[in-house]
Amino acid sequence: MTDKHHHDHHDHHHDNELDPFAARVKALETILTEKGLIDPAAIDAIVETYEHKVGPRNGARVVAKAWTDPEFAEWLARDATAAIASLGYTGRQGEHMQAVFNTPDTHNLIVCTLCSCYPWTVLGVPPVWYKAPPYRSQAVINPRGVLAEFGLKLPEETRVRVWDSTAELRYMVVPMRPVETDDLSEDELAKLITRDSMIGTGLPLRPGSLGPGALWPPQDVAGAAT
Amino acid sequence: MSAPDPATVSGLPFQLPPGAGPDAPVFAEPWQAQAFALAVALNERGLFTWTEWAAALSREVASPGAAADGSDYYAHWLAALEALLREKGVAAPELVDALSASWQRAAHATPHGQPIRLENDPLHGTR
Repeated sequence: MTDKHHHDHHDHHHDNELDPFAARVKALETILTEKGLIDPAAIDAIVETYEHKVGPRNGARVVAKAWTDPEFAEWLARDATAAIASLGYTGRQGEHMQAVFNTPDTHNLIVCTLCSCYPWTVLGVPPVWYKAPPYRSQAVINPRGVLAEFGLKLPEETRVRVWDSTAELRYMVVPMRPVETDDLSEDELAKLITRDSMIGTGLPLRPGSLGPGALWPPQDVAGAAT
Repeated sequence: MSAPDPATVSGLPFQLPPGAGPDAPVFAEPWQAQAFALAVALNERGLFTWTEWAAALSREVASPGAAADGSDYYAHWLAALEALLREKGVAAPELVDALSASWQRAAHATPHGQPIRLENDPLHGTR
């Protein structure tokens, strides 16, 4: 249909090229499909799910419900797997979930030092930095330094607790509800809850704030302003 | 803060990569999403447990050459998948190599805008 040539001297604007990684994935797909181990349509469905349907909005709904419903919060603290599943979010790998609650005394941070275990069900696929070696090592060695990179400075007396995820047990952080949000509905509250606030590298937005960086406690914290 | 900065001790200071925001795309390239989905699907089918998967992936990401910015994460993911499929006797490395080369030839021989098919490999059927 085109005037393209099949010569060794190829034209990058017209030829398709598969990079080596893409070609290897195609090769695996071919083998697995021929063996009946995968259904290409199911693969597409998984991609679609994780690109568009599963993401931090799920976790935000969990947190907003915990903020507004003490019974749910208690259930979430006791049996996060079941409480989260009650909202329709279930783990594909049968992993257990534990929700760790921030308090005025303790700030929680999640990491996977071994690889990249992450609460997919509620947060989707992890950000690049979560999977990178510096975060995986520094979150444990120097959590305050890591938090500072995210612009998050906690009061000196706040304890930072780091939770190392595994294939079987994944954590999510339940941040503290920002002040001056008593009038907000569950849906409105959910909009304040960022992905990073559920990893522990951030805090929820404050009502009316234009972006991340809202600090808790909102005032009277030495060094809180950047 | 009088203790030595641990970040400089370990040699791997954490720095937030530029462009890292909540809206960053989940996968940088389509093959990453495909490789991700293959592992999820095979686990669901029972070919390996997620614990086996995590062990295979952690072996790869712990390799000495791993990029500090995590940009090669899905390359590790793919290597872990290939390793597990080799261990399980599902896909021999030679076959994966041969088919990868075939797919690349097929892509090269396919006019732009048309679907790439393995049959488009000029050497298709000779393997």
